[in-house]
Amino acid sequence: MGGYGDVQMIDDKGLRMDGRKPSECRPIEIETGVVPVADGSARVRWGLNDVIAAVYGPMEAHPRKIQRQDRAVLDVRYNMAPFSTTDRIRPGFNRRSREISKVTAEALESVVMLELYPRSKIRVEIEVLCAEAGTRCAGITAASAALAHAGIPMTDLVVSVASGKVNGVVVCDLNKEEDNYGEADLPMGILPNSGELVFLQMDGDLSQEDFKIAWDYNMEAASHIHEIMARALKGGDA
Amino acid sequence: MRGRRVAGPIDMTRGRGAGGPHGSRESVLVAPGDDLGDSKELEPGHGVIVVDGRLKAVKQGRMTKDGKNVGIQPRRTAYVPRPSDLVIGFVEGMTNNIWFIDIGAPFNAILPLSLGPSKASFGGLRSVLDVGDAILCRIQEVEENHSSVATMKGMGLRKLKTGSVESVDPHLLGRVIGSKGANLSELKEKTDTRIIVADNARVWIDGDVEGIISARAELGAMMMKAKISEYRGDV
Repeated sequence: MGGYGDVQMIDDKGLRMDGRKPSECRPIEIETGVVPVADGSARVRWGLNDVIAAVYGPMEAHPRKIQRQDRAVLDVRYNMAPFSTTDRIRPGFNRRSREISKVTAEALESVVMLELYPRSKIRVEIEVLCAEAGTRCAGITAASAALAHAGIPMTDLVVSVASGKVNGVVVCDLNKEEDNYGEADLPMGILPNSGELVFLQMDGDLSQEDFKIAWDYNMEAASHIHEIMARALKGGDA
Repeated sequence: MRGRRVAGPIDMTRGRGAGGPHGSRESVLVAPGDDLGDSKELEPGHGVIVVDGRLKAVKQGRMTKDGKNVGIQPRRTAYVPRPSDLVIGFVEGMTNNIWFIDIGAPFNAILPLSLGPSKASFGGLRSVLDVGDAILCRIQEVEENHSSVATMKGMGLRKLKTGSVESVDPHLLGRVIGSKGANLSELKEKTDTRIIVADNARVWIDGDVEGIISARAELGAMMMKAKISEYRGDV
């Protein structure tokens, strides 16, 4: 959201810098069972993003003060590898990763049937190996696939996707340049089967009309990503 | 939670089996959130809930339909103890009158002194079962908050002094046993070993060293085969 309005990112034909139409997503691949020692795992390759999520548990929650007598706690850790971006990231947690871990946990808590595992903890580790833009969306999507792969009961999957505004045009699934120099960003977490929303953030300014277009783009992209995710989950793993 | 009926805990009884309903006539792979039909015509089984009159999958796996009952045989699952399960546990710790047993579930089971293998004096539990000992026990009781009580009072329940304990994936336990125990009998005969397959996906193998080694290798090969066939989708 740099506000660099003079950077031309939509050409005369209405295509974006990487040749996509405004409503088009980057290519996405989902694979399950990539971490054999985890109870469930998934890898999402979304454009240049490469994200791995691993799920451990349900296990006894430690320390005991974090235990809930009526439900399990979801411990989500989102982390970007130091080599995941062009500028080296200092290893360890920072404000951004804490925020993303929190919103991811809250999005997933609405679908995971935590009440079935009182006093337990389900650990979700999200590791970003290569970041382009939209890593929180890729992270939530990977975590949701990994939870399903681990056999954790869930009322629905969560698919997350972001739309935004670039040079006055609403576009779906922003790439790095669009994310950095665009005017707005609207990541959403969607339950594809019911169409409900479990996560929404907005950065920048969108008019009501633009918001509606971005909303529709996200909903459409979510159903496309859900198909890929369901195929990955039903396809099996080694 | 309005309009939601959780079928999982109610139907996860021994009668129906840990892996959900058996004796299916048709099966199809499902992911969480998939619509499985109308609740007026069908009944929810393992891994299925009812939301607004529709059956909904909550687990990834194979949908099995047995008459009106629709359930899901999960592809992967953690071991959750149920009363009367035969389990192989390891002693993890103890107090003056209770042993803590690791049964491979999210929570340790407790084995009270009164349900132990032999008479031990208050505070003298270590002389009977020490930390790290493997035991064959049965789950007597499981509370709502997942605490479970184990017992060693019963036929064949004992400390496992010889042999080797192997862990397998809980969802592949059926493959180890086979139809009517065919795979297990074959493995026992082939390797000339005594084998006990516990409900918590731990396998005790006893016999001579060569027998144990070959049984472990056979078990590993069996697991690999099951995983490959799962990968190819011909489960």
